[in-house]
Amino acid sequence: MKKQHHQNFILGCCITGVMLLLILIGAFWTPYDAEAMDTAAKMQAPSFAHLLGTDNFGRDILSRVLEGAGTTLLIAVSAVAAGLFFGILIGAFTGWYGGWIDEVLMRIADVITAFPSILLALVLISLLGSGKSNIILALSLLFIPSFSRVVRSEYAKQKELDYVRNAKLMGVGTLRIMFVHILPNVWPVLLSSIAIGFNNAVLAEAAMSYVGIGVLLPDASLGRMLSESQAFFFSAPWYALSAGLTIVLLILGVGLISDGLGE
Amino acid sequence: MLDIRNLYLSFHDHGETTEVLHGINLHMDAGERLGLVGESGSGKSVTALAVAGLVRRSRATISGEILFEGRDLLKCPREKLRAIQGKEIGMIFQEPMTSLNPLMKVGHQIEEVLRIHTDKSPAEMKALALEVMGKVGLPDPPTTYEKYPHQLSGGQRQRAMIAAAFIIDPKLLLADEPTTALDVTVQAQIIELLKRINVNRGIGLLFISHDLHVVRKLCTRVAVMHDGCIVETGLTEEIFHHPQEDYTKRLIAAIPTREKRKRANG
Repeated sequence: MKKQHHQNFILGCCITGVMLLLILIGAFWTPYDAEAMDTAAKMQAPSFAHLLGTDNFGRDILSRVLEGAGTTLLIAVSAVAAGLFFGILIGAFTGWYGGWIDEVLMRIADVITAFPSILLALVLISLLGSGKSNIILALSLLFIPSFSRVVRSEYAKQKELDYVRNAKLMGVGTLRIMFVHILPNVWPVLLSSIAIGFNNAVLAEAAMSYVGIGVLLPDASLGRMLSESQAFFFSAPWYALSAGLTIVLLILGVGLISDGLGE
Repeated sequence: MLDIRNLYLSFHDHGETTEVLHGINLHMDAGERLGLVGESGSGKSVTALAVAGLVRRSRATISGEILFEGRDLLKCPREKLRAIQGKEIGMIFQEPMTSLNPLMKVGHQIEEVLRIHTDKSPAEMKALALEVMGKVGLPDPPTTYEKYPHQLSGGQRQRAMIAAAFIIDPKLLLADEPTTALDVTVQAQIIELLKRINVNRGIGLLFISHDLHVVRKLCTRVAVMHDGCIVETGLTEEIFHHPQEDYTKRLIAAIPTREKRKRANG
């Protein structure tokens, strides 16, 4: 069992590493301009000139996948980071102090988590308008409750431990106890929530762009590509496959890592 | 040095109030080794926590006086209290597993109290930490300094705790069952160490234990606690040879001796 988890972890690191490397390269260099249309080369199957083929406007799919994955990754990472920051802040204070603020904030968190996150994200986007920064804002708002709840329960547990009591007796300040003494002990538990949050963010971005309220044109996005490729599923299967497999690989890599870390 | 007068303490939880200390009176001289014995739930640990100021005031009501060198700790303003309690009172807990922060280097934890109460440079703090680590018998201080608690044995962790507690030279060391989680040989070493610190540095030791055997070896005076009250106080040998109270007699009768063990087995 243990060995299995270890292998998963390594496999996950490899997949994620390769994806990150490709996305990083894609940020500076793509084989073609991702927006350049070439009417002479529409719907071409994968070849040496176009490794993943071209789409219905003759755009190079590999270039678009690289750019789209970059957009998706940027959104997912920013949303998780922002959600994490506020989640830790709220969770640390509610867990440490308890009392009525804790009750109120946690009930609000319960309400938010009771809805499927994608549904709430859709509502928020329809209120805020679409676009990259609004997606990040909506997703990070949705992530705050789940992160803060994990952090809160860890703080509530840790604050009763003797090492915290001892720090208090020594006269260590409350903020220092919270963020220097306790926080490092919360990370191991948070890691799997971070991985789950990342995967949810990738899926939510793809879903929103798929239904057309996510990333705006002309930005490339995996979800948008997926929805555009749908019409040509039988005539140009490589189009849908490249976008879909990229999403799958992104999620699979992080999922395997968190699975391995869980042990 | 420490004078607890008429200490009442009750916890409240969801509207229910439970009184756990019913008027405790306890006196301790500077540099003394006082044993506080009693069964689990008799209020020994709570008494120590109250002296250390670690009882959450939002969850408990405390009345009475805890005089530490003439100052009532229960009436001290918070900042002053922090200075007194951090600098002059140290505490060692029962579970060496949880009393050290698992993700902080041992050396840094030993230094932490200096970081709060003195303005020593990092190099000075480290030098002092290494010195104290050597004194409490931690092997190879420079290496141990860089280790994390899980890399130490139970006895070593307890030594590290002791180092952290007395690096700042407190006047009073509260030891809440510090040897209960250790095996017998390590137990004896830790007791020797506490005794040595007490004798060499004149640090008062309030030693809490349910193990009368250990208390007899270490303490000069004993206070027996039962059900939130102190039932008897006196010199260790007197208490052991001429217990006055019924409860003390029963407690002493419960110490296993070789004869009793033979009878039980035979």
